[in-house]
Amino acid sequence: MLKQIDDEERKALSRRTFLVTSAAAGGGLLLGVYLPRSIGAKAQVADEALSPNAFVRIRPDDTITLIMPQVEMGQGTYTSMSMLIAEELEVDLAKVSLEAAPASDKLYANPLLGFQVTGGSTSVPGFWEPLRRAGATARIMLIQAAATQWNVDPASCKAEKGEVISPTGERLNYGALVDAAAKLPVPDKVALKDPKDFTLIGTPAKRLDTPEKVNGKARFGIDAMIPGMKFATVAACPVFGGKLKSVDDSKAMAIKGVRQVVKIDNAVAVVGDHMWAAMQGLSALDIEWDDGPNANVTTESIVEQMARASQNEGVVARSDGDFAKAIPGAAKRIDAVYEMPFLAHAAMEPMNCTVHVTKDSCEIWVGIQVVSRAQATAAQVTGLPPEKIQVHNHLLGGGFGRRLDVDGVTQAVAIAKQVDGPVKIVWSREEDIQHDVYRPYYYDRFTAGFDEQDRLVAYHHRVTASSILARWAPPAFVNGLDEDAVNGAAKEMPYDIPNILVDYVRDEPPGLTTGWWRGVGPTHNIFVVESFIDELAAATKKDPVEFRRSLLGKQPRVLGVLNLAAEKAAWGTSLPEGVGRGVSVQFAMGTYLSQVAEVEVSKEGEVKVRRVVCAVDCGQIVNPDTIVAQMEGGIIFGLGAALWSEVTLEGGRVKQHNFNDYRVLRINEAPQIEVHLVKNTEAPGGIGEPGTIGIAPAMANAIFAVTGKRIRKLPIKDQLRPA
Amino acid sequence: MPTLTINGQEQELDVPDDMPLLWVLRDVVGLTGTKFGCGVALCGACTVHLDGRPIRSCITPVSNVVGKKITTIEAIGETESGAKIQHAWLNIEVVQCGYCQSGQIMSAAALLESNPNPTDVEIDAAMSGNICRCGTYMRIRAAIKQASQSA
Repeated sequence: MLKQIDDEERKALSRRTFLVTSAAAGGGLLLGVYLPRSIGAKAQVADEALSPNAFVRIRPDDTITLIMPQVEMGQGTYTSMSMLIAEELEVDLAKVSLEAAPASDKLYANPLLGFQVTGGSTSVPGFWEPLRRAGATARIMLIQAAATQWNVDPASCKAEKGEVISPTGERLNYGALVDAAAKLPVPDKVALKDPKDFTLIGTPAKRLDTPEKVNGKARFGIDAMIPGMKFATVAACPVFGGKLKSVDDSKAMAIKGVRQVVKIDNAVAVVGDHMWAAMQGLSALDIEWDDGPNANVTTESIVEQMARASQNEGVVARSDGDFAKAIPGAAKRIDAVYEMPFLAHAAMEPMNCTVHVTKDSCEIWVGIQVVSRAQATAAQVTGLPPEKIQVHNHLLGGGFGRRLDVDGVTQAVAIAKQVDGPVKIVWSREEDIQHDVYRPYYYDRFTAGFDEQDRLVAYHHRVTASSILARWAPPAFVNGLDEDAVNGAAKEMPYDIPNILVDYVRDEPPGLTTGWWRGVGPTHNIFVVESFIDELAAATKKDPVEFRRSLLGKQPRVLGVLNLAAEKAAWGTSLPEGVGRGVSVQFAMGTYLSQVAEVEVSKEGEVKVRRVVCAVDCGQIVNPDTIVAQMEGGIIFGLGAALWSEVTLEGGRVKQHNFNDYRVLRINEAPQIEVHLVKNTEAPGGIGEPGTIGIAPAMANAIFAVTGKRIRKLPIKDQLRPA
Repeated sequence: MPTLTINGQEQELDVPDDMPLLWVLRDVVGLTGTKFGCGVALCGACTVHLDGRPIRSCITPVSNVVGKKITTIEAIGETESGAKIQHAWLNIEVVQCGYCQSGQIMSAAALLESNPNPTDVEIDAAMSGNICRCGTYMRIRAAIKQASQSA
């Protein structure tokens, strides 16, 4: 049964205007019909299996394989996707085996993004219906096959735990029905279960990927072991946009185990019998770089350019009432500038890619969030047609947005073209940090005005930032507005204010590439908006929770999570000296969230987050423990970044190297985190990123509550140290 | 040609003396459960046991481990502490991406071996050298506690 999307769902999905735009521009899906192109298409499989769609394969020996359209990078999607299929297929999760989907936009396009991609917390929202339908389709065919064999009405049979049961209690397992079911036409309309009949969805399921992750058997991209494989490591020009001028490899080639030095346009790689030989070889190279046009770029020069650009009027992202008319009459005016730094991803698994290029084929072993793009770039580099490029996707040792870009694959294939046989290219941690695709630097200007009665009447927010969309999904960059850069600031900004203006100034920093980072646009906007709203509460001497409540009358779900978080955190009760609470609310990725952080600031200015209370309303819950885990992990990820992390440039070079100077949160700095889930049957929202988004403002607002100092620039680092 | 004892098996390996154990395990022996994270002992992903004590294999030259007992994630389940830790890890559902977890489990098993009943502070002290970017720290604490309380 096709489901027409209703207004509520449309609203929940509207946050992704850019994604929809992008998909529509690609000629693929339109939101009007919530149906990805992949459903109904058949994957190429052996004839003896039942495979009514690209996600389910059942063999006569009763093995049931679910093909995972989304990649597993810790967010639990292999389990959630499996639950959606298994709920309707009526099989135990313990009985299924999983397989990573091959590269194919046709079969495995993300319904919300229009191509094969895992990102933006879209897996459950996007595949919520298609995967249940995939499971139901197979179940209906199996029931039909059994009913025919028993000569009974299919409606009198039911499926349960991998078997079809007749009205008289006869049972046939799915495997025994495969031959007959595979000959049946694939039904184009299937009825889905009423949510009240769910037995799996909404219950805590053990993650399917965990057992092999505790005994060393799990295979990440970096663990690919191909017979005859060589190992390589690489140095790219330390200045972005620079080139390799010359390299003297005589010392490197003399090292035992070094086999080859490969030069490409902007990098050099050493190939050896193992990573150690390659590493030693690389450090023995005498390399001369042509730094190119960005050799003088510094963080300061970039920020100066942004500050200037932010004086210009931007492209309007939201306009309610008339800000320009309202602000001159304001009785009280507040102005503020916020800044957020470039960030690296620093996933624990350093960038790597294993490639085997031959005359007429190319095989790739990697963990990537964009499988078909990996295939496309390899096709471009090798000149081979895409169907000759086989991508074996692996578990990702963290993605966080880094693996939404294929620069590492492009480089690896270019190197592998010059190597005889398969080669695994692994970046050092330093290379990984210094050649990332960075979270943009953000420069935000705010102005707000109150009337005589301290009512907030005018609000202006100008975002100045690079456009990730213009680079990553050009069709989605429409009329100069980057919907991601203002996501969380514009139409999703929940506060009821009569005159609102939000505009966007695009400013591209020279010398580096910006890209997706966990929480994407909202990680930036929720920090600045929630911090500024807190400033406005303080300016009118109002309690931060009360002030928000007074502006959220039209936002019941935002208000709901705010009230829940405030209650669970005992907002308003007393705390020891030097400890304070801060709050944030957000609507992002279809999920409503509020966090209260309890923060201690020492006399030396050291910040310790003691406790975080997080209330989540993500609509229909699939795997509750995964939601809790994603909130916990997302909060830790956002907390470390807000406290410590930044990438800075000098002489066009990234100054940070490794975890010593790109500091991330460690266990001794981790707070207690309590997660409270709101249960309802609204359309499912995303959960991979929301936790990261709201922690920085909750913490910064708590710091203000303790110290009276407003954090307007991240990271916090030593800003609170007494002068 | 150093001879190493890895997970109870003696192996003669044709590798240079200064080669870090990490790369011997991963690239020569083919035990890929031990992970490369930083290369300079800052993240703990490469943790293995040397005679039962945790070491960072990325900075440990193979010449330093000759004649000693090397245990990796692939065999830690054969020790009592290791099995308890793995069990608790599954019970508490600690793991997300899982890349750092080999190292976390090796550090945790070593902690339990030396301190059967660690406090939160002792857990933090023993585990602060192991970075997890997915942020599973709370569950690591809980799992170590659970393992320490299991018979």
